[in-house]
Amino acid sequence: MDKKVAVFRKEHFNAAHRLFNADWDDKKNMEVFGKCALPNYHGHNYELIVKVVGEPDEKTGYVMDLKQLSDLVEEKILERFDHKNLNLDTEEFKNLNPTAENIAIVIYELLRPHIPKEKDLQIRLYETPRNFVEYPAP
Amino acid sequence: MVYLTRVEHFNAAHKLYNPDWSKEKNDEVFGKCANENWHGHNFELYVTIKGEPDPESGFIFDAKKLGGLINEKVIEKLDHQNLNVDVDFMKGKLCSIENLVMGIWKELEPHLPSPVQLHCLKLVETDKIFVEYYGGK
Repeated sequence: MDKKVAVFRKEHFNAAHRLFNADWDDKKNMEVFGKCALPNYHGHNYELIVKVVGEPDEKTGYVMDLKQLSDLVEEKILERFDHKNLNLDTEEFKNLNPTAENIAIVIYELLRPHIPKEKDLQIRLYETPRNFVEYPAP
Repeated sequence: MVYLTRVEHFNAAHKLYNPDWSKEKNDEVFGKCANENWHGHNFELYVTIKGEPDPESGFIFDAKKLGGLINEKVIEKLDHQNLNVDVDFMKGKLCSIENLVMGIWKELEPHLPSPVQLHCLKLVETDKIFVEYYGGK
């Protein structure tokens, strides 16, 4: 019988960004990204929900120790992105548009090597209380 | 007397930084909020007015009109902007939410039609941090 359980850890970070395609001129960027393209940046309170799915370990009863998951997110994600300018201060978005979609993919790729292979990982990222993304898509 | 609150929101970048201090001193006082390349928030603004309901409409002030006024006078100046760089009424001020809420009061209050009175502004920076301002010093 399938005894898979999903466990979640919620974290948050605050960051500045702008949406901008360097191959386009300012007019085209404003046309596509609107005020998100404004040159002096804006920012968000990002809410991050990390979901790990697997069968509870027989000895601990845990799918994954949530304290360990929290420490991992702190070390790999929050230290990198919290109170940063995603476009200017991070390697990951030097040449990648920091949309919520791309941020979710980057977070997944940063965490995936540190989560046991047999567990599934999914990222949900809220850019605002009303706009959020999931990766990988279910 | 009845109190009516309208909630609006805006997203903006800012940093906490006193230009009269060294970078070290700014880092010491403001921590990561002093990051020179900015960070940002989803701000929530609660605007509370007070008054007696009009006998004909039952309203203190039409909440939709209040929303329109807040957007026109405040949100358009703040949303998707850099608070330190782009906002005329924050020029020369430290960009804390304390100063921001007082600045918003000055922008909004003169545009409320008599006899509607602005009672309180609540500005939420994160789930854990917000300020309230009731006007005055």
